[in-house]
Amino acid sequence: MPYSEKVLDHYNNPRNVGSFDAADPNVGTGLVGAPECGDVMKLQIRVNPETGVIEDAKFKTFGCGSAIASSSLATEWLKGKTVGEALAIKNTEIVEELALPPVKVHCSVLAEDAIKAAIQNYQAKSESEPASASAPAVSADVQPAAV
Amino acid sequence: MTAMPIYMDNNSTTRTDPRVVEAMLPYFTEHYGNAASRNHPFGWEAESAVDDAREHIAAIIGASAKEVIFTSGATESNNLAIKGVAGMYKKKGNHIVTQATEHKAVLDTCKRLERDGYQVTYLPVDKFGQVHPEQVAEALTEKTILVSIMAANNEIGTLQPIREIGKLCKSKGVLFHTDAVQAVGKIPLDVEDMGIDLLSLTGHKIYGPKGVGALYVRKKDPRVRLEAQIDGGGHERGMRSGTLAVPLIVGLGKACQIARAEMSQEIERTFRLRERLRTGIMSKLPESYLNGHPTERLPGNANISFAYVEGEGLMMGIKAVAVSSGSACTSASLEPSYVLRALGVGDELAHSSIRFGLGRFNTEADVDFVVDLVVNEVTRLREMSPLYEMVQQGIDIKKIEWAHH
Repeated sequence: MPYSEKVLDHYNNPRNVGSFDAADPNVGTGLVGAPECGDVMKLQIRVNPETGVIEDAKFKTFGCGSAIASSSLATEWLKGKTVGEALAIKNTEIVEELALPPVKVHCSVLAEDAIKAAIQNYQAKSESEPASASAPAVSADVQPAAV
Repeated sequence: MTAMPIYMDNNSTTRTDPRVVEAMLPYFTEHYGNAASRNHPFGWEAESAVDDAREHIAAIIGASAKEVIFTSGATESNNLAIKGVAGMYKKKGNHIVTQATEHKAVLDTCKRLERDGYQVTYLPVDKFGQVHPEQVAEALTEKTILVSIMAANNEIGTLQPIREIGKLCKSKGVLFHTDAVQAVGKIPLDVEDMGIDLLSLTGHKIYGPKGVGALYVRKKDPRVRLEAQIDGGGHERGMRSGTLAVPLIVGLGKACQIARAEMSQEIERTFRLRERLRTGIMSKLPESYLNGHPTERLPGNANISFAYVEGEGLMMGIKAVAVSSGSACTSASLEPSYVLRALGVGDELAHSSIRFGLGRFNTEADVDFVVDLVVNEVTRLREMSPLYEMVQQGIDIKKIEWAHH
């Protein structure tokens, strides 16, 4: 399958590979996918609690080139956005930016899910209001979010 | 100029040997007769070339030339063998025995027959991908008309005990077909010694052209009859109508001639290269696993799973070599290789598998280059893998409740 230049670029030079301490209260961790399905993404955000701005983001991905590129791109887009802005990122924007073919759309869906899972995890840790208490508490003992 | 990758996908197809191409060329331009034309020299030349090819093909499997039926390839050979027997012997019975890791050309043919009222037993394989003759013996019923077990598997290279299965079928009076596409020229085959009644082979896996194959159909003890699947001029003893593709048949014959003459050196050479590749990679990468049988396998095949790294993602990183993966990332189904699943290889490791198929044109320098390439890229991707990280932290990834999508 031919890959777009942008997928190749992210695959060969992935941005923001790595991990934060998941126990840090300012860090949100999203772990989505399943090894048996051939894709697992771990996406982490570090949020400034004063401003609500995502100051840094990191990822690790088990998956094909498009999955790696989708998560790499997601970390780039997350940096500098507020949590609210980040929640508005749609998988279709990732598809468009990376020119993903139809069989690879699920990679972008997974990246969107990873963003949402990371934010949900951050909010669950940092807020105690009943409104967000429904989010499962996830910490160093990372659990995947529902897809 | 874009450099082409090193070709290590010889279980998929092979480069046509230049000696084969050379042998074929005059049959496009000068000797273009129809082998069925009995009344002029053009036809005689063509027929004579086809006869020579038939001899070479028969010789590599220990058959006689009259028992070779030309087809368009092994898919057609498998269809003709299985549907042809099913149709011809339906008064005798309606039961067929095969096994789980056959090629789709066998499995899907059997599935169609099931829809038409036949009964098919799909035997499971052991963790190395082998069926055992006792399993076949237990599956046979009074209604069994055919056993179809491949000689060697295309994905994992596992060899089946076809001699034992052939002998068993003989003793029970059941016809035995083997898909020998991967085995011809790679392991010695003898239809007499192995009790084979029908054998499928193809040109393009043995450095011959694509678009031509053959089916061996036993002529005596017993004389196997087939219901033709293509009607027409009654070529090939009425079993397969259609004007013979003389240049392709000449190519198939030449490919068999070369394969037979050079088989022992080629087996030794590809085996040496395969072992250099396998040990080179696996000694440097912990948690890499060989899929298939450790010893009973095709000399040039190494199918290796690299834990925590996804196969298609890995192929992208090692694009300087052309290989295949058991990962399903390119298919819409998201299901990994059914062959690896049949062995009980977990889906996670099936997604992580790469098939290396070494062949006639590979060199030691190719192998050394590929070893370094694979080791470096697997190491890089593991550093990027959340699964690898979790395992390093002592987390049991099997105990995590993953959200399946």
